[in-house]
Amino acid sequence: MFNADDLKKAFLADIESAASEIQLSDVWKKYLSKTGSVQKLMNGIKEVAKEEKKAYGQFVNEVKTWVQEKYDEKKAQIEAYELEQKYQREAIDVTVPVKRRPVGNLHPLTAVKHEIINVFAGMGFEVFEGPEIEDDDHNFTRLNVLKDHPSRDMQDTFWLTEDLLLRTHTSPGQIRVMDSKRPPIKVLVPGKVFRSDSDATHSPMFSQMEGLVVDRHITLCDLQGMLDEFVKNLFSDAAKTRLRPSYFPFTEPSVEVDVSCFKCGGAGCPLCKGTGWIEVLGGGVVNKKVLENCGIDPEAYSGLAFGIGIERIAMLKYGINHMGKLFENDVEFLKQFKA
Amino acid sequence: MKVLLSWLKEYVDIDVTPRELEEKLFSAGLEVEEVTYLGENIEKIYVGQVTSIEKYEGTHLYICHIDCGEQGHDHLILTGADNVFQGAKVPACLVGAKLPNGLEIAPRKMKDMMSYGMLCSGEELGLDKNWYPGADVNGIMILADDAPVGEDIKTYLGLEDYVFDISITANRPDCQSVLGIAREVAAFLGKEVKNPDMSYTCDGTVNGDISVTVIDKDVCPRYLGHYVYDVQYKESPLWMKRRLIAVGHNAISAMVDITNYVLVEIGQPMHAFDLDTLEGSSIVVRLAAQGEELVTLDGKKRVLDTSNLLICDKVKPVGLAGVMGGQNSEITEHTREVLFESAKFRKDSVRKTARGLGLHSDAAARYEKGIDEYSVECGMARALHLVQALGVAKVSSSHFDVSAGASTERRVIRVETDKVNYVLGIEVPEEEMVRILRNLNFGVECEAGVLTLSVPRYREDIETDQDIAEEVIREYGYDKVVPTFLGEALVTNGGLNAAQRKELAVKTFLCTQGYYEIQTIAMTARTEFDQFLIPEEAKERQAVEILNPITENLSIMRTFLAPAMVRAIENNIKNGHEGMRFFELANVYLPKSLPLTEAPQEVKTLCLGACGESEDFFAMKETLEALAADSDLKFTYRKGNVPYLHPGRTAEVLCNGTVIGTFGQLRYDVVDSLAIAKDKKGDTKIFLAELNYDALSEKFKAEIHYEPESPYARAARDISLVVDKSVECGEIIEKIQQADALVSKVELFDIFESEKLGANKKSMAFNIELASKEKDVTDDMTEGAIGKILELLGEAYGAQMRS
Repeated sequence: MFNADDLKKAFLADIESAASEIQLSDVWKKYLSKTGSVQKLMNGIKEVAKEEKKAYGQFVNEVKTWVQEKYDEKKAQIEAYELEQKYQREAIDVTVPVKRRPVGNLHPLTAVKHEIINVFAGMGFEVFEGPEIEDDDHNFTRLNVLKDHPSRDMQDTFWLTEDLLLRTHTSPGQIRVMDSKRPPIKVLVPGKVFRSDSDATHSPMFSQMEGLVVDRHITLCDLQGMLDEFVKNLFSDAAKTRLRPSYFPFTEPSVEVDVSCFKCGGAGCPLCKGTGWIEVLGGGVVNKKVLENCGIDPEAYSGLAFGIGIERIAMLKYGINHMGKLFENDVEFLKQFKA
Repeated sequence: MKVLLSWLKEYVDIDVTPRELEEKLFSAGLEVEEVTYLGENIEKIYVGQVTSIEKYEGTHLYICHIDCGEQGHDHLILTGADNVFQGAKVPACLVGAKLPNGLEIAPRKMKDMMSYGMLCSGEELGLDKNWYPGADVNGIMILADDAPVGEDIKTYLGLEDYVFDISITANRPDCQSVLGIAREVAAFLGKEVKNPDMSYTCDGTVNGDISVTVIDKDVCPRYLGHYVYDVQYKESPLWMKRRLIAVGHNAISAMVDITNYVLVEIGQPMHAFDLDTLEGSSIVVRLAAQGEELVTLDGKKRVLDTSNLLICDKVKPVGLAGVMGGQNSEITEHTREVLFESAKFRKDSVRKTARGLGLHSDAAARYEKGIDEYSVECGMARALHLVQALGVAKVSSSHFDVSAGASTERRVIRVETDKVNYVLGIEVPEEEMVRILRNLNFGVECEAGVLTLSVPRYREDIETDQDIAEEVIREYGYDKVVPTFLGEALVTNGGLNAAQRKELAVKTFLCTQGYYEIQTIAMTARTEFDQFLIPEEAKERQAVEILNPITENLSIMRTFLAPAMVRAIENNIKNGHEGMRFFELANVYLPKSLPLTEAPQEVKTLCLGACGESEDFFAMKETLEALAADSDLKFTYRKGNVPYLHPGRTAEVLCNGTVIGTFGQLRYDVVDSLAIAKDKKGDTKIFLAELNYDALSEKFKAEIHYEPESPYARAARDISLVVDKSVECGEIIEKIQQADALVSKVELFDIFESEKLGANKKSMAFNIELASKEKDVTDDMTEGAIGKILELLGEAYGAQMRS
């Protein structure tokens, strides 16, 4: 016959001294296994008088429960401790630098192009890309730039044959879109364009984005409304536009669009050359001759068009001072256009 | 177009400041590029009179007492010039004065005496004798006796004036003159235009010998000639000289100056032929014969073709119509009789001639923009008025007017006011439209919403309601435009389409792989073909040529992107950068035939370039594999041959069996040709890939379809093979895939060579996965498939299982 009190005393001493999972499993074997002390105590039931068996059984169960609880408690303690130890052992210097593959980014002209597309996409503009090699008809004649018109000189043209040329603007995209689609039309035509007037401020190749809307009752007011929204999104919420007269053969009236200087807010600074305004794009109401040239009835429909110089926007937005930088592809330059 | 403010003021009453005028011109569409104040940096200089002058003994100086009227009656000024005399009127720079050369005047001790100012020369004021007689003398500029003492020198010398340099849009050739600008200014200031005096009297003299014949009337629709005689060779008056000089012309002689003056004032190019030099006293306007020659006024011999319009006499050319006169008929001091020409030549003809011959003149610049017949008439009248008024010549009654028959009446157009407002999107009141159009010299009648407009003859640009809308809003004010947003338009769906989104995704993916996007110029030089060792007959050399390149370096359209990529890497190495990964997505231009008969094919091409310590062939292959995996594509590779790539390190890239591009290492001899430091060339390895993006994009799947995971058991086996070294891994993988339909995946997991294997042998180990869409793959099936694979490899390559 075991003494339950002795058992408890001995168990308490053992469990107190157990400091690892191994020692703990020894304690389990000694007390809680099938050959352990608790079981042995239970086995003592055989020697107990019949009428006391129930009480004895209850008593031993209480002891067992007590032992088990104490054991579980300790086990949880030891596990927590050991986990903590593991964490400490595995601690690392998180500040050690890693060797990682470099991460590239889009060219600033691509980044700006997509930023512009995103603004107009929200207004319902699709994107069309036309060929870079065009013919006289699409690049000039059907845009109302007639053969003898001096405005052909506004755009010094690279010719490939008597008829084929490198497009001088993205405006032929207007013709191609109107040839393939009836109103409602809202489209952007981004792309490379070419002019033979290369100097410090011009590159023989640069990028433009044409915008065209043809639908019922499109007016000059709509042009300004749309472009107001554009400059607010691209530059700043406070940006405003100003229209002033200009001339393009394919729009009438034609306007230059200035944006209020986003650096000085209009007070005048070196960026806006003290005027408070920065020229950002040209546009106007689509000349009805152009609509007629594309088989769209100018009595039923009208349109607006605009052309944005992407280099110019990129330079303004990022503060790039030389256009040439955009085509040098120096990695120290390129890497600055992550967003 | 340069305009002198005082000249402009002669024809319109300007009651605003130059600054306000600049702004108003700007908002009317006449962009002022620059305003130059003629009196810039001339301050505190007055007309002074020398009241006494004495020699300063022991020096070369004179002690002068100067009376400057209201500016003080006695200024003590020392001068070294010895052309000053008592009573002379001189420009006196008082203390605090500024001169255009940057000089500022302060009291100054000269020898032992203080000088409180300076007397100055014409040159120091930036003037020459055509601006003020005597301005060129070496010494102090002596002013005329009637110069008012005490007057600001700028006022006295006409320097209180401004030159506006105005940029004129191509649709407004009528604004290429002082008068044209005056008309615009009058319109926006609401003033009347005072037309220049064009009156003259013909004296009844007739020279019956003279004849004017226009043969090519379609190129010369109007030709006016007028005979003047008794020509005096003299200088033009000071006011005329000053006006010409201020806008950039030289003063030559009265006769020549008058033609230039009319050009600037009326916008009409005039020409004066010395009648003595015209054989047969004839003018014949005709196109040149091929190879005909003419020495132009600038002394250069011009060889002409049949597109050049000539002014000829009975036997020879005497001028290039609208561009430049001939040396043989030039006005000289001996000229006594002149035939004035005022004509309209077709603008494209003049442009073609001027550009073709590389000959640019003020006349050609005007003609290229377009001259209207009204100006032709005004120009002649104004020139004759000036000739008569200035006593330069006598105006005869012999005059000629050859016309192709265009009406000299104003055109009449009808425009609905509603349509004008429809274009603008605002309601401009009818009476405002009438006021604006009248200010612009339109004849206007308005009835029941319809404007009946008689268009000024110089406004050849006005045709439609849209043109009228522009005139109205220009004057009404663009600030009256109210931003709106497509009130009646239909909703459209915007944004990139699937292919455009995918393209951006590909670019973005490459960025995550460490590649920077670059953009390079699409034109290039033929020399690049040699540098890249492209064989004579190779397709890369079939390039589209630019007929008028700006430089030989940009004379053809590129047929492949590698050279520009290498150039970018080269520049970065030169700039001291070490590792770089670049990509470009751009067109190459492939002609369908040469010479070009139709637009060439534009093939969107993806070029990758990598250079640096951590780059090698397989690093680039990893990128290509990643690119394929990102689009759920599978690339395969085989040995390739590209002229500029390392012959042992070049691969063709295939996608679903189609070759879509190549990649490999740039040849060492091409690296050698790069402009990078010699000591770097040895270890510079550049890796290039060039893929046909259009072909690749056809392989992208249009839609994603989910397929349930297979419920059937799969099996996997490893096999190790020993084969000849020359056998390519890709071939083996392809063979394994072909061997049995159950093969679903083959992966190389080990490859090595060793002595144990024997010379020229290598070992490759593959993990082969077998799967079926219909049933579990059993051991028997697996054994069967592996057996077939080994048999096939044994037959094809003598491959043996490695024990």
